Amino acid sequence: MATRVVVDPVTRIEGHLRIEAVVENGVITDAFSAGTMVRGLEKILIGRDPRDAWAITERVCGVCTTVHALASVRSVEDALGISVPPTAELIRNIMLTTQYVQDHVIHFYHLHALDWVDIVNALKADPKKAADLAQSFSKWDKNTASYFSEVQDKIKAFAASGMGIFANGYWGHPAYKLPPEANLIAVAHYLDALQWQKEIVKVHAVFGGKNPHPNYLVGGVPCSINVNEVAAINMERLDLVGRLISQADEFVNEVYIPDLLTVASFYKDWAKYGGGLSNYLCYGEFPTKGFSHPEAFKYARGAVLNRDLSTVLPVNPRDQQEIKEYIAHSWYTYDGGNDVGLHPWAGETQIKYAGPKPPFESLEGFDKYSFLKTPRWKENPMEVGPLARLLVSYAAGHADVKDTVGMVLGKLGVPVGALFSTLGRTAARGIDAALAMIWLKEFYGELMDRVKNNDVSTFNGEMWEPKSWPADAEGVGLVEAPRGALAHWIKIHNGAIDNYQLVVPTTWNGSPRDAKNQRSSFESALIGTPVANLEQPVEIIRTIHSFDPCLACAVHLYDPQGRHLHQISFE
Amino acid sequence: MGDTIWQSMQKKGYSRRDFLQFCSAAAVMAGLGKSGAAQVVSAFEKKEKPAVVWMHFQECTCCSESFIRASHPIVADALLDVLSLNYTETLMAASGFQAEKSLNDTIANNKGKYIVLVEGAVPTKDDGVYCMVGGKTAESILQTVAADAAAIVAWGSCASNGCVQAAKPNPTGATPIYKLVDKPVINVPGCPPIADVMMSVVTHLLVLGQVPELDNQGRPKEFYGRRVHDTCYRRANYDAGLFVEAWDDEGARKGYCLYKMGCKGPVTYNACSVVKWNEGTSYPIQSGHNCIGCSEAGFWDNGPFYKHLTSFPGFGVESTADTIGTAVGVATIAGVAAHAVVTNIRKRSVIAEVHAEDQKEL
Repeated sequence: MATRVVVDPVTRIEGHLRIEAVVENGVITDAFSAGTMVRGLEKILIGRDPRDAWAITERVCGVCTTVHALASVRSVEDALGISVPPTAELIRNIMLTTQYVQDHVIHFYHLHALDWVDIVNALKADPKKAADLAQSFSKWDKNTASYFSEVQDKIKAFAASGMGIFANGYWGHPAYKLPPEANLIAVAHYLDALQWQKEIVKVHAVFGGKNPHPNYLVGGVPCSINVNEVAAINMERLDLVGRLISQADEFVNEVYIPDLLTVASFYKDWAKYGGGLSNYLCYGEFPTKGFSHPEAFKYARGAVLNRDLSTVLPVNPRDQQEIKEYIAHSWYTYDGGNDVGLHPWAGETQIKYAGPKPPFESLEGFDKYSFLKTPRWKENPMEVGPLARLLVSYAAGHADVKDTVGMVLGKLGVPVGALFSTLGRTAARGIDAALAMIWLKEFYGELMDRVKNNDVSTFNGEMWEPKSWPADAEGVGLVEAPRGALAHWIKIHNGAIDNYQLVVPTTWNGSPRDAKNQRSSFESALIGTPVANLEQPVEIIRTIHSFDPCLACAVHLYDPQGRHLHQISFE
Repeated sequence: MGDTIWQSMQKKGYSRRDFLQFCSAAAVMAGLGKSGAAQVVSAFEKKEKPAVVWMHFQECTCCSESFIRASHPIVADALLDVLSLNYTETLMAASGFQAEKSLNDTIANNKGKYIVLVEGAVPTKDDGVYCMVGGKTAESILQTVAADAAAIVAWGSCASNGCVQAAKPNPTGATPIYKLVDKPVINVPGCPPIADVMMSVVTHLLVLGQVPELDNQGRPKEFYGRRVHDTCYRRANYDAGLFVEAWDDEGARKGYCLYKMGCKGPVTYNACSVVKWNEGTSYPIQSGHNCIGCSEAGFWDNGPFYKHLTSFPGFGVESTADTIGTAVGVATIAGVAAHAVVTNIRKRSVIAEVHAEDQKEL
């Protein structure tokens, strides 16, 4: 018998997300992904100063803050032919690698870990054994028996007072496989990560004034460097950044990665599920010789089709035949009709809700079911995110990427093919963070060299004044955000924004079907996933969370007649 | 009966010493000064944890992200417990229909006593279809939750004044919370609000058991009573007529005033230049960018960010939003220019010295 499982809301992305999955005989056979919130930012941008767009688009997301600001300034710089001074580029790289590290750690501990870690079971742990286990794979100096015992006492008190934010999890579900000691270690580090995350973002505060939502600038970065001035980026500021980076390095390599490997080693069966699409897209990231030289990026730009790692296909976001957005199943209309695809420069944002009148229980039977449009690359659905980044660079033969991927797979004792899965996606995020950490240290070293040589220009003002701009210009700003390929397409007319379209990672991954009924990543990855207990669908949660949609969801279950059975929420 | 805050902290393993440190931090943040610690200790020892629910509507979650950056670790840590945070889509671990049950139970069991924290605006156009959670509109959820609340806090500019989705042409009819509920709302604007300000607003409610003194826009005077300009460490440069003229110019590298680059500090009421961001690390002006006025209603539509204000009312540091109304960068042309000229004359010798120094450097 088929049951329709409704997951709503999936929050913390650009909008609220709803998943409806059909489960037959304990396995998901179909799935629908729906965005149920829209703000119309693309319409709000029209007519405004292109130099302001970074601030407006940064507000798309406060979790992956900064990435939209960066995509926006890059789109304007692309349109106007502005090249950013190398020192400013380094500061941007430092801010983005910082974001990778912070975002991935938060995702692992605070959004994803509880799908694999049973907090209640941690009460059964022997703190001494937990310390022995932790010390066997990590040099983190907090991993002591007394510390774990302290954490266990806190959990006990928590359990006695109703578990607070940990109340009513799926604790005790047979899908939880970690021994009590591993559970205790993970819970302790959950708390440590909560403390640490507010430290690393101070890097953003130094260069951008605040976090969330630090400041950016078209043509460079807003902060000036002057080691002889207290009111500029000076040695005190740079030393602070240096200390925060060392601290992050320790946290990633002594806490996050060891915990990830430990958890993953107990869940190798999850290398079988959640593979989903077999196509991967990456715009490339971390310029080392300017943004116009993608061949010198740390992550390669390109596409992999059908999991063929022998070939990287070139990607050109300016080519109007390559990237197109469809609305066949989305709550929008196009002047040219329902089934056409539009390149974002020609994109339209005409919102037209065509779903059930709220309150409603299911979107079943509605042809259009989402506020997300459906992007395609050369008509192919593509997965984006850390896994896509690694696969494209792996296929392109980037040595540092291959080495780190090889190291992690070696420690887990699984082949490259294991990456095409829910487990692979989660492991890929850790590898992505480890690489970002290596590059963050490298960028910081290079910044210090530039400061030493007094090569400190942080702004190119040649095209700052709108009177220096052509009457018409168009540009695209590409960023590999922590969650994947992000791009902003801008058209400028007489100094004002004429059209602005964003295609964000979750649009690629979480969009509804296209005009040919091809599914996108979320919908594909869920198919074939087993669900042992419909009332505790931890399996659905694992696969959805592996894409990092940062969600907290309520799951509503329906029987085939559409009657409400149950609803479950998870984080 | 639930635990008092002190009992609950004891259970979590905090020592009396931790507790007292927490209390004095809370006292300082609640504006009671160090001497207020005893008052806080007494309140926390006796007071039961109030029930709190945190709702998410048209938002970007930057308020939640900011909240978890609060400075004093024990505050950040303890508040999750101290508050009985019964519902937050962002932080709660799990619980199935139990989550919704948890929300419903909180409302049912704490009628008139629970606190609602709202993140996000509510779209009202087209019957509210532009934000739906669990198949219900944001507006219907808000009304249900607000009905029996003791206090409603609007986190951030979205909930306080509509923010980015309410910028022209406001395609979805995004509406701030105070316009939709028939009870007072504490507005804590900013995009996002400063973490320590958020924490202190909560602490204020908790410790003093009363709503902080609000201005005529519903903002706590404690944090929104002064303009960023009046408390800015670069203010002396403004008074001396020393301005950044272009990004990364000599003035920028010397930390001069950003007024000419479009700084909205003179018309923005917020605590950025006093409390600062991320544990006092910096604030936008300190890191070289002009204030964009993110805590002011309608700031997205108050002209391009890099266009300097033509005028702003009042120069004295005693001006508050109440005495001069909502300051917006329009009014007469003369104001600032005249002020700048006057101070330029007054500080002529200083300026001359600076120029001479510049010449020497060249």
